[in-house]
Amino acid sequence: MEGKGTKGNTEQKQRWLIIVLLLLSTGTVLYFLLVHNPKSTLPVNGEIVPMVDLEDPERIVDGVHVRTGFKVGEGMQEVINNCTSCHSSKLVTQNRMDREGWINTIRWMQETQNLWDLGPNEEIIVEYLSKHYSPVEKGRREPLKNVEWYTLK
Amino acid sequence: MKRRNFVGKAALGTLGGLLGTEIVFGAHLPVGYELLGLQEPDPFKMFHKHKEMVVLNDRPWNIEAQAHLLDDRTTPNASMFIRNNGLVPEKIDVENWSLTIDGESVTRPKTYTLKELKSNFTVYSYHLTLECGGNGRSEFNPPAKGNQWTVGAVSCSEWTGVRLSDILKDVGIKGDAVYIGYHAADLHLSRNPDLEPISRGVPISKAMMEETLVAFQMNGKDIPLAHGHPLRLVAGGWPASVSGKWLTRISVRNKEHDGEKMQGSSYRVPIFPVAPGEEVDSADMKIIESMPVKSLITYPKSGAIIPLGKGLQIRGHAWAGELEVSKMQYSIDFGATWQTCTLEKPVNRLAWQHFNATVKFPKKGYYEIWAKAVDSKGISQPMLLPGWNPKGYLNNACHRIAVKAV
Repeated sequence: MEGKGTKGNTEQKQRWLIIVLLLLSTGTVLYFLLVHNPKSTLPVNGEIVPMVDLEDPERIVDGVHVRTGFKVGEGMQEVINNCTSCHSSKLVTQNRMDREGWINTIRWMQETQNLWDLGPNEEIIVEYLSKHYSPVEKGRREPLKNVEWYTLK
Repeated sequence: MKRRNFVGKAALGTLGGLLGTEIVFGAHLPVGYELLGLQEPDPFKMFHKHKEMVVLNDRPWNIEAQAHLLDDRTTPNASMFIRNNGLVPEKIDVENWSLTIDGESVTRPKTYTLKELKSNFTVYSYHLTLECGGNGRSEFNPPAKGNQWTVGAVSCSEWTGVRLSDILKDVGIKGDAVYIGYHAADLHLSRNPDLEPISRGVPISKAMMEETLVAFQMNGKDIPLAHGHPLRLVAGGWPASVSGKWLTRISVRNKEHDGEKMQGSSYRVPIFPVAPGEEVDSADMKIIESMPVKSLITYPKSGAIIPLGKGLQIRGHAWAGELEVSKMQYSIDFGATWQTCTLEKPVNRLAWQHFNATVKFPKKGYYEIWAKAVDSKGISQPMLLPGWNPKGYLNNACHRIAVKAV
């Protein structure tokens, strides 16, 4: 009885070991295939699908370009290329202007801040900015917003 | 094509080389993770700021406090706002730092080393309120261009240095002197060395005031990097942009200083009231001098839920540019009635004043506590936004916090 029991335990242990090893090696293979190798792609239904890299600063989350904070839309790349080499994207995203306001701002930067002639990109940039970063009517004083309630001790 | 980050063994060695050290546990780095040392520098670590400070802009750095972070009587570096127009100087050579006094209206232009400044003149300390001219800009309607400050671009720290007036007396200034303009070591965003990011100043009368300092210490220590190390002009009560950081030169001018951000709409407001959104000719704009009366409730933080029947202690600070605050009031009924706060005298002229009160609520419910300061000329803070101006300066509307009594 004892001997059999021991044998059974050993078999069980071996079985577990095999399962664990299998899982580990599968994991390792998958890791190198999917994660470690930057060029890795998985063929799915014959298509080559690039993997999503959750740390990639260029990724888009909820319609926002993570690295710059810009809203995704036509003209975003032109804005990134022309408007973020001297100053931060935050200077753009925190402001609200209409078409005329954005054009005036571009002229001011060209006159005083060494901004180059934007050529045909100007219209694309102005269109993007006045669509995504236009003023919101706030009245003479807004209600208190985004109050984070807490119990005062 | 998507940019991709890859940490392989060879890459680890390269990254380690860039950082000048081995990356311990490098093998455990998640793929795509950028080492902090190689990322955009962390401003909270780099400038030793409180983690709840809010970054408005990272090139140039513009970081503001929240009201509850300003509860200290003397603002520590951790919660002092940063308003930069250019890039922080990359190399600061304290040993060879000097200050040159020149300009049309100087009798004997002269250069002082930092050591000479400290030993040639008497050293003074003052608590000085520095508020960004654009503090509160985010509330203007239509919106004004620039960093969208809410309430946290104000501080009152202790500054130590020598009086600008003593230096000006030492070099001698001519009878036609009307203004001083500062020049500093920060870099224009374009890195063009011919452009200055900012070069502002004050009329001679303000320059000659006792409290106008060429400072080398803040709160008893060397001035922190972001606040002008090793030398800064400090002129309390005026827009903080006149208090030039990383100071290298002061020009005594026979006309209004015409440096960067002195003209156009920069730090200027209309001479007469204008309708919101109205276009204003630059000839109809004037330079902001003394800042208006204002206050902040720094305790409790907005959003407090308190048991009904227990008095709520509130406190904060009030300031009034060149003037003193003579009265401090609060309202819990949207301005229908006002109660008086206990108000302390300033520790010195141009320092903010502390106030406190115990607030009682008549029944359970939602309340807003509004704070209103009145200056020594009887002018008080408005409850709604003050006069609109093209660049959104001087918003001194009353500060409000939300409270629930349960």
